[in-house]
Amino acid sequence: MKKYGKQILGCVAAIAVYVAVTAAVNMGVMSRQMMSLIVPVCMNIMLAVSLCMVVGFLGELSLGHAAFMSIGAYAGALVLKSGLPTVAALPLAVVTGGACAAVLGLIVGIPVLRLRGDYLAITTLAFGEIIKSVFNAATPITGGAGGLKRIPPVTTYRNFTFVYVLMLIVIVLVSNLVNSRHGRAICAIRDNYIAAEAIGIKVSLFKTMAFVLAAFMAGMAGVVYAGNIGILRPGNFDYNTSIEILVMVVLGGMGNITGSIIAAALLTLLPELLRGLSNYRMLVYAIVLIAMMLFSNSPLRRMLAEKRNMRQADKIQ
Amino acid sequence: MALLDVKNLGISFGGLRAVDGLNMTIEQGALVGLIGPNGAGKTTVFNLLTGVYRPTDGTILLDGEELIGKSPSQICQTGVARTFQNIRLFSQMSVLDNVKAALHNQVKYGLQGSLFHTPGYRKKEKAIDERAREVLRVFELEQFADYKASNLPYGKQRKLEIARALATEPKLLLLDEPAAGMNPQETAELMATIEFIRNQFHVTILLIEHDMKLVAGICEYLYVLNFGTELANGLPEEVLNDPEVITAYLGE
Repeated sequence: MKKYGKQILGCVAAIAVYVAVTAAVNMGVMSRQMMSLIVPVCMNIMLAVSLCMVVGFLGELSLGHAAFMSIGAYAGALVLKSGLPTVAALPLAVVTGGACAAVLGLIVGIPVLRLRGDYLAITTLAFGEIIKSVFNAATPITGGAGGLKRIPPVTTYRNFTFVYVLMLIVIVLVSNLVNSRHGRAICAIRDNYIAAEAIGIKVSLFKTMAFVLAAFMAGMAGVVYAGNIGILRPGNFDYNTSIEILVMVVLGGMGNITGSIIAAALLTLLPELLRGLSNYRMLVYAIVLIAMMLFSNSPLRRMLAEKRNMRQADKIQ
Repeated sequence: MALLDVKNLGISFGGLRAVDGLNMTIEQGALVGLIGPNGAGKTTVFNLLTGVYRPTDGTILLDGEELIGKSPSQICQTGVARTFQNIRLFSQMSVLDNVKAALHNQVKYGLQGSLFHTPGYRKKEKAIDERAREVLRVFELEQFADYKASNLPYGKQRKLEIARALATEPKLLLLDEPAAGMNPQETAELMATIEFIRNQFHVTILLIEHDMKLVAGICEYLYVLNFGTELANGLPEEVLNDPEVITAYLGE
């Protein structure tokens, strides 16, 4: 019963946020800057939640998430620019973007996922840089360093509903997966891959599965990005972007979907909220990051988390 | 025909011959002990049987099926499950989820079920939940189902590991030092549990153990390893009184 309570709470929150944002946009109480951040917030939530699956549940550090996002963005942008009516082009672009990213995730994942820990992190980082260089070089298709221009602005805040629903789909899929046979296998690999193999879990299959699914979702987020910003440059998808997403996952508490959502929303809005501080903005941003990190490991927070464990321990004795 | 038939099993790590020319036959339903001093190669034998290491030579037949060349997950599906000397639980997962994870190949459904929580998923998950709780009940762990595995006391973690191994419905269960770190009372309980699961689940058991009271108490047959080779085998009372075995354990 407790489980259903959580689900209902999630539904109510999702609807409330949707109503609040739509109302705020229509009544014109939001500044232009804030309105322009609505879609990036959704997009970053998609990215953070999908990366959460790799880092939090599979337990592998991937620093190439921006690369999957970029593949989706370019593939989606090309579909959007093909001249199809938006109604058809947008869903098609999202699916194409996701699929392209997933295929690349598979190609990269099969060899790379034999590695673990630091080695995997470095390899995914290198992979991201390679993809960036390829986009820079493939001028006829991608426009090279000059960028892929004049992408129809189909995922701006005016089209909030579509983006919001897409984001909810990503969240629901990832939360569903965690509570399933496949999710348990993925978490088991994280906790102890030797024991996972010993109980009959095909480790490389499930590692690849998590990686490919995350790539698919990152690809969809990339399409949202393309339709929002209107121009794609390879430089927008460097390792800084990957690390920004990773920071959201880490701050959200690895393996915590709700935490990732909150951290992604906060970190996207924060630079804008701190605009009043002008020159000190990035300084305060850094301090807030450190403060959040400290809080997530503070005695207070740990006490709250340990409380449940303590109660369990009492019962055993 | 014997359930497990090991012939001339051997593995070299570089110049080190960790296991050499091991022959072993275990009958269906038997409870066999594998003993030997530290570093004799007992755990290596387990790792060979479960596919963690690939032997340099020899054959391993389970129910007539060759195990060499199979991956650990395939060997588990063939019917060999194990526990580890240093407990390897899924520490961040709940006690219940540890067992549910082990039902991975027992109750199956596709990825679409996992992603969309289809009616099929609900039905299968219900079956998984019931089976997992049943296994926990046997080990008297049911009231701890929602606890994080790492929060269990040591003795119960050992029990959970055995429960998880049994959930895969093995023909052969390998227990690597199940009584390590247990006090005499816990060891006695463990002996009763092993006897019980053997009768309840009709499983054949091979165990590594240093606690001779446990070994003499429940094993029907013993294999003794020393420096990777078989030193002796036979009934417990014969083997444990064998001067060669005593020398290997205690020195001259």
